[in-house]
Amino acid sequence: MTETSYEKDIGIYIHIPFCIRKCKYCDFVSLPGMETVWEPYVNAVIKEMAIKSGTACRRRVMSVFIGGGTPSLLPGEYIQRIMEAAGRYYMILPDAEITIEANPGTLDREKIRAYRDAGINRLSIGLQAYQDRLLRFLGRVHTAAQFDEAVVMAQDNGFENINADIIFGIPFQSMDDWIETVSRVLYHRLPHVSCYSLTVEEGTPFGKMKQDGSWPGTDEDLERMMYYRAIEIFEDAGLMQYEISNLAKPQYRCRHNMNYWLRGEYLGFGAAAHSFLNDERWANTADLRLYIESVENGKTAVSECCRISKDEALSESIILGLRMTGGIDLDELSSVYGIDVRGKYGSQLAELAGRELVEISGSVVRLTKRGKDFANQVFVEFI
Amino acid sequence: MSSERQKKIRNFCIIAHIDHGKSTLADRLLELTGTLTEREMEEQVLDNMDIERERGITIKARAVRMIYRADDGQEYILNLIDTPGHVDFNYEVSRSIAACEGAVLVVDASQGIEAQTLANVYLALEHDLEIVPVINKIDLPGARPEEVKKEIEDVIGLDAGDAPLISAKNGINIDKVLKKIVTDIPAPKGDEDAPLRALVFDSYYDSYKGVIAYVRVMEGSVSPGQTIHMMHTGKDFIVTEMGYLSPSGQIPSNALTAGEVGYISASIKDVRHCRVGDTITLASNPASEPLPGYKKAVPMVFCGIYPADGAKYNDLKESLEKLQLNDAALMFEPENSAALGLGFRCGFLGLLHMEIVQERLEREYNLDIITTAPSVIYRITKTNGEVLYLDNPTNMPDPSEIAVMEEPMVIASIMTPTEYVGSIMELCQDRRGNYEGMDYIESTRVILKYELPLNEIVYDFFDALKSRSRGYASLDYELSGYKESNLVKLDIRINGEVVDALSFIVHADKAYARGRRMAEKLKETIPRQMFEVPIQACIGNKVIARETVKAYRKDVLAKCYGGDITRKKKLLEKQKEGKKRMRQIGKVEIPQEAFMSVLKLDT
Repeated sequence: MTETSYEKDIGIYIHIPFCIRKCKYCDFVSLPGMETVWEPYVNAVIKEMAIKSGTACRRRVMSVFIGGGTPSLLPGEYIQRIMEAAGRYYMILPDAEITIEANPGTLDREKIRAYRDAGINRLSIGLQAYQDRLLRFLGRVHTAAQFDEAVVMAQDNGFENINADIIFGIPFQSMDDWIETVSRVLYHRLPHVSCYSLTVEEGTPFGKMKQDGSWPGTDEDLERMMYYRAIEIFEDAGLMQYEISNLAKPQYRCRHNMNYWLRGEYLGFGAAAHSFLNDERWANTADLRLYIESVENGKTAVSECCRISKDEALSESIILGLRMTGGIDLDELSSVYGIDVRGKYGSQLAELAGRELVEISGSVVRLTKRGKDFANQVFVEFI
Repeated sequence: MSSERQKKIRNFCIIAHIDHGKSTLADRLLELTGTLTEREMEEQVLDNMDIERERGITIKARAVRMIYRADDGQEYILNLIDTPGHVDFNYEVSRSIAACEGAVLVVDASQGIEAQTLANVYLALEHDLEIVPVINKIDLPGARPEEVKKEIEDVIGLDAGDAPLISAKNGINIDKVLKKIVTDIPAPKGDEDAPLRALVFDSYYDSYKGVIAYVRVMEGSVSPGQTIHMMHTGKDFIVTEMGYLSPSGQIPSNALTAGEVGYISASIKDVRHCRVGDTITLASNPASEPLPGYKKAVPMVFCGIYPADGAKYNDLKESLEKLQLNDAALMFEPENSAALGLGFRCGFLGLLHMEIVQERLEREYNLDIITTAPSVIYRITKTNGEVLYLDNPTNMPDPSEIAVMEEPMVIASIMTPTEYVGSIMELCQDRRGNYEGMDYIESTRVILKYELPLNEIVYDFFDALKSRSRGYASLDYELSGYKESNLVKLDIRINGEVVDALSFIVHADKAYARGRRMAEKLKETIPRQMFEVPIQACIGNKVIARETVKAYRKDVLAKCYGGDITRKKKLLEKQKEGKKRMRQIGKVEIPQEAFMSVLKLDT
């Protein structure tokens, strides 16, 4: 097979649905405890990779992301086995970005070395807040000091490409608290940070508090101030915003996530993992036992699947693309999809520009600062 | 005198309160006379619209012909003319009654007579109908047939001594009702050789045959091929088909003669050319006088109806046109609201009629509609002497140009168990009612009479009445004329702009409370926008109530990664769906529910 016969490179996502305790805001598929299931689950993931390997035979893999849950909860050897299998069944490029999510308190030197030996070159650490009282409120199982330990340990063992997840808009979080958290990320000279506005999802403990009226609430003006302030501080330090919630030094943007926003393709393995390949989006069942059982029997564990039409694809490209500060290029999209994008969305674009939610320069459309606060108002115009 | 042929005919209707078993009794009569076998029978054949069946009421009159072999061995033709069961359709009731010689009065053995029933009995007595009382539901616990018989004698003055005690549901004593119909109700009279006079008591539109008129021939006869003349609308048509009515369809015949009930079809394109109450005669040999009692249906209640999705305006127009084919009383004309766009001002006989039309638009025509607060017709005399009738608050002249403003009044008869009298009187006082009197029907039940402004009962009076009496009170009303009143127009300003669709006319004493409630309700229903939205209730330029919808500061999904794309798209789709259902007033997006919620402020 020659070089030219490859189709577009893809990403691989591997879901590890285990954690010590579920955080109160988390609506991902993740289960506390379940130690006895770890081994059969990892076996199933490896088997699923084998089953699906045929679907991507002409694809090379530019990124792997092991997310959760808390992947760092598993013993390092499991991660090594997963990565070995990934390398066996898929063509992982030598310079691929390979990330694992880790939570402070679950990392140790041994695991970090195992990750490194398995080819993992990027760590994403859940800090969330640098104040223990806020960590308790969020239902996190670690302390602020454990974050420092984890980072130092990783850096001492050769990890330089590290991300921290941090959250603003937490009840009882002051601007000083927030700036302390932001400063801590800079103190460790991390090249990447994800700043999330706390989202209260239905079905989470926070969601229930909101329903029964016991949710303390946050000051929305303060929440926005935190967002603006963090961007200012990070950009001054050279971490530039490249997506609504993500900032990084040049060369350190997360390629795995960029692939999502550029509407690139990816395969997902594990319970509840999503995939997008050849104009189809599908998701595995979120039922852990059903997932393991199906895969053990050599079947796929797909619970939903839908085909994306050309119009939908364009709509996705716009919505995902606008999340990035670089925006979208109308001419480029027109030629990719063979649809006159200006003709199709001209009036919407003009209206959004009039409302100062987007700025248009030449063929490039970007969210304004205001547009980043009200991005959904922009997105709905393209649904 | 009745001819030999006429002696074998009985034309009758059934008068009953909602739920007292009219439709069930009709079913049993059809079954017992073999008009329909049990197997053919769909429950309650006479009510064939869904809404009617759900509400347990008959909206439009229907008729059916039965053949009954009596004890004397003779076969009789029994024509049952069904009557609508609601005060809004009082006129249709009166025409159905005018087509009969007798009425079967069905009274519930435990509940006794209700206001609506009484009103229809009086109507029947006015037309000299022979009333055959029947006590229904005698097999239910709580039945008190002797007391109910006495009530019929005391209240109506009818001898109920040998009234059949029946259970329509379980088929008990139905034969006795049939016997009574033959023995007690007089046969029709009317000269078969006189010029034709036939009363239209109902009509409906058939997409193949055009308008089908349901008629009672009073005098003369008519055959297919003859040219008929509608004496009130003045239109002529050639009869294409006629015949008798059966529950399963129409049975064509060669003639309809004095005393008979049947249908006539004559390629009539518009139901308004064949109105209920009109008299049909022959163009070649016309009668000199039409039958008495013709009245053109006059709408009393108005509201704006708008498509929720502005692009559906033409669909709404076509649907209203189709409904009008069958409903000569429904009026509509285009109207343009700054808030709601293009829509229609619609006129109805009453509140129920309005609700039925709204429901049919939604259910049968699958339309999403927004309706504005119902209004009545106000009479305004301007300072320059000009008199105008106002059915849309938006068009109210400036107060400085108004000399006198009058509102329509009704006389309401409310029948209620005595224990609820206090609470109902309180309600009537609150609705600006003038107490007119109270009559005892029996020791535990009274009829309260109040003069009330129509605009106080078009909102939610009926609901309030029902909730205050645990459903026992019943209401009947008739228009009694106009009365001068201190009325003001209440405007709602959202973000400084008057929302025309929310304006309404209210008595000055109630403006403050209503304005405040509306502002509060709107605050609940209007979602937060990207800026602060003041809501004000105003009379002219005077603000009487104010609320504020706080601005929201963000509307953004913080995370969107591979696993989220499908889910986030769904969230955005939902948001867009919600946005589509919003109305843009200036910069503010207002959900449809906001327009609807202010209709029910008291509940």
